[in-house]
Amino acid sequence: MTLVNVLYVGVLLFCLGLYGTLTRRNVIGILLSVEIMANSVNVILVAFSRFTQNLLGQVFAVFVMSLTVAEVVVGLALVILLYRTMRHTDIDEASRLRH
Amino acid sequence: MLELVGIAAVAGVLVAAAVSVVFGTNLVHSVLLLAVMLFTTAVLFVILDAPFLAGIQVMLYAGGVVTLMLFAIMLTRRSGGVAVNNESIKGRRLPAAILCSGLFALLAWSIHQTTDFPNGGDNVLATRQLGITLFTEQALSFEVLGVLLLAATIGAIVLARKRDHGEPEPAGAFERPVRGRKEATR
Repeated sequence: MTLVNVLYVGVLLFCLGLYGTLTRRNVIGILLSVEIMANSVNVILVAFSRFTQNLLGQVFAVFVMSLTVAEVVVGLALVILLYRTMRHTDIDEASRLRH
Repeated sequence: MLELVGIAAVAGVLVAAAVSVVFGTNLVHSVLLLAVMLFTTAVLFVILDAPFLAGIQVMLYAGGVVTLMLFAIMLTRRSGGVAVNNESIKGRRLPAAILCSGLFALLAWSIHQTTDFPNGGDNVLATRQLGITLFTEQALSFEVLGVLLLAATIGAIVLARKRDHGEPEPAGAFERPVRGRKEATR
């Protein structure tokens, strides 16, 4: 297992997550894709930490994980609020401020 | 050789699960496949000599985030169960695909161009050392992170709670039938 292989996997995951974030219709689907992106960054951080023998990569991965969890908590609260307001979780229908 | 095959299998499962999350149409399936992906990432962390991170990955994500996601799906499901639909927006697929494959090509090209990658030997970084770094050198960041988590918790409670009786319901001000969407009306 070399660093290059992990980097390719991480980059591929990041691009997949970005695609999902841009195209999903359901807000929860977008949150799932954001999870994939954060996870890919974690993989890359841990890989660099392993191959440079530097612990700060792992420390940063811990921070990224906690931030992602905080983001998911607030995001899901917003999803529930959106559902209570509009009775759906469709991102394209939540366009009231546009007019 | 056997080790390499195992690692390739882990990477394959990781990418396959991510592809199914992104391209699947059933939201519940997507969440469960995300759980598979997060578990596989934990396995990858073990391979990369980060057992502590693998542990909190399983506890935090597979235990916490996936459960939260499932709860949110169940709470926002419409009566007919239509809201579990997770289709992508048709007009946005092609530009997004072009953008993402372009980004992937750029990043892969730059990885390909780089020649001297670090390979600092096989010393396993001890979890003990990680803890010491976290609580001495990075103590301030750790404290700030705690404050952020508190703020996120309070924000989530305030956003998602039900209003008390007599308190004005801000959501009610926005109630109106959404155009062209029969099931969206009450």
